[in-house]
Amino acid sequence: MNSVLTQLQPHQSRLEEYDELEHTDAAAWGSMAGFGNLSRTGGVQGMSVPRVSDPTAFLDLHTDNMSSNPEAKIKIAHGTTTLAFKFQGGVIVAVDSRATAGSYVASGTVKKVIEINKFLLGTMAGGAADCQYWETYLGMQCRLYELRNKERISVAAASKILSNIVYQYKGMGLSMGTMVCGWDKTGPQIFYVDDDGQRLKGNLFSVGSGSTFAYGVLDQGYRWDLTDEEAQELGRRSIIAAGHRDAYSGNTCNLYHVKQEGWDFIGNYDVNELWYEYENKKKADREIATASAAAAASPMAVEQ
Amino acid sequence: MECSFGLTGKDYVLLCSDMSAGRSIIRMKSDENKIKTLGPHLAMAYGGEPGDTNNFAEYVERNMRLYHIRNHYPLLPESASAWIRRTLAESIRSRKPYSVNLLLAGYDTTTTKPHLYWIDYLGTKAVVPYAAHGMGVYVSLSTMDKWWFNDMNKREGVDVLKKCIDEVKKRITVHFNFNCILIDKDGIHHIDIESEDPITELESQQPKETLVDAPNPPLDIGNVGVTA
Repeated sequence: MNSVLTQLQPHQSRLEEYDELEHTDAAAWGSMAGFGNLSRTGGVQGMSVPRVSDPTAFLDLHTDNMSSNPEAKIKIAHGTTTLAFKFQGGVIVAVDSRATAGSYVASGTVKKVIEINKFLLGTMAGGAADCQYWETYLGMQCRLYELRNKERISVAAASKILSNIVYQYKGMGLSMGTMVCGWDKTGPQIFYVDDDGQRLKGNLFSVGSGSTFAYGVLDQGYRWDLTDEEAQELGRRSIIAAGHRDAYSGNTCNLYHVKQEGWDFIGNYDVNELWYEYENKKKADREIATASAAAAASPMAVEQ
Repeated sequence: MECSFGLTGKDYVLLCSDMSAGRSIIRMKSDENKIKTLGPHLAMAYGGEPGDTNNFAEYVERNMRLYHIRNHYPLLPESASAWIRRTLAESIRSRKPYSVNLLLAGYDTTTTKPHLYWIDYLGTKAVVPYAAHGMGVYVSLSTMDKWWFNDMNKREGVDVLKKCIDEVKKRITVHFNFNCILIDKDGIHHIDIESEDPITELESQQPKETLVDAPNPPLDIGNVGVTA
C-alpha cells in the first residue's frame, strides 16, 4: 500500500542520484532552475512534512484550515467558488478569483483554473499552494504519459493519478477540492478529487465555500441540451451569485469552455459590475412584464 | 450519512446500498455505486470515511481477482469474509487504519447456500441472516426482525427489503436513493427496487441483461467448475 509513497520519498543515497543523472539527458530540460523539489526526471523528491512525531496534530494546531484552532497564526489562502458541468456542447468551467487568508483578501486576481494541457483543466479550491503544486505536477505526469504511450491520457486516468497522490498524503494536512475536466476519447468528462482521497465522476460539480450558492443557481438552470451561449451564461451567472453572497468569493469570474478540439478561454468578468447589470436587467424585465400585464388587463376592466 | 441493507433467502442474497456521495452537508452525487462486485457470486456494499472506502474496495476487488487468476476458481464467501476481516483487523492496528464498514454478500456455488457477513472497521465479523449499516440500523433492524423468516423466496425477500427502504424514507430526515442487487446461482443481478414487482421484471428478462459488471476483464464463469 505504501509503494507509491516510497517512490515519492527522497533518494536515500547519493549513489542513486548519480545513476539517475547517467540515464537522463539533463540538457533536454534546458534549465536546471525552477523545478522546486522535482527531480530532473520529473519525479518528486519528497514533500516536506513537519518534523514532529504527529504532523497532523501539528498542522491542525498552527493552521486555520478546518482546524480546531481558528485563531492559528498561519492563515492558509482559501475560500473559493468553482464549478464545472458537462452539457451537449462540452464542459463549462467557471471560477472566481479571490484568495483570502483569514478575513484578509490576499488577492483578487488569482487564476483558479490550472491549464494542465490543451485538453485538461484543473480547478483550484482549498489551499492555493497545494492545488497549484499538485496540478502542475499532474501536468508533468500527463505529458510523460503522452510521451510513453503515444496517446493522450484520459480524464479518468489523469484524475486517478491526482487522487492516488492526495490519498497517500491523507491526514497530513493537504487541503484541496479540485475538478479535473477535459475531453478525451470517451467525450467530455469531469472528475471531482478532494483531500480525503475521494474521486467522483459526474455531470455537475461545484466546490468551495461559495459552492452552495453556486449550486442554487446552477441546479435550477441546468439542462443537458443547453446551447453553448446558454451554458456559458449559466456558469457565469452561478459564479456571480456566489460572489455576491459568499464573503470569501468574488472579484472576477474566469470562464472556460472545453470542446473536442481543446479548451477555450471565454473571458474574465467583474463580479460586482455584472451583479448590478443583472439586477438592472431583472428590474427592467419586471417593469416590462407589469406594463404588458396592465395592458392585457385593461380590456377586462372595460367589460366590467 | 449512509445506509445499506443485506438479507438472505432460500437460494439467494439481497444487497442494497444508498447512492449518495458528498462532503459535509452537501450531496455532490446521488448516483454513486457503492456496491462492489468482487467475483461471479460475491459482492460488497461499503461505507465509511471518504477516500478510504474506494481505496479499500478496489484493494479487495483486485485481491479477489488475483486469487481467481492464480487458482482458476474464485474465493468462496466464507474464505473471502475471513480475508477481508483479517485485512481490516491488521489495518486497525496500523499507523493509518482504514475506516470502512461493509456488508459482504455471496452465494456459495458448492453448497448452494447464500451467505451474508456484517463487517466493521474494527475487524468485527458477524455471520448474519440479515443486517444493516448506517442510518438503516436505527429504524429497519426491527422491521427485519419482525418480517424476515427462514428460506424466504425471492418475492418475499424483496418485500421485506421494500419495507426497510420505506421505513428509512419515512423516518430518516435524509433522503436516500437506493441501488440493489440479488445474487443467486446465475450470478449477480441488478434489481430495480423502486418498481412494483422487481422479481417478475428480473425473470422476464434474459439473465444476461440484468447481470452486474464483473471485474474487468470479465471472468469466464461458465467454464470454471468449482470443486471443493
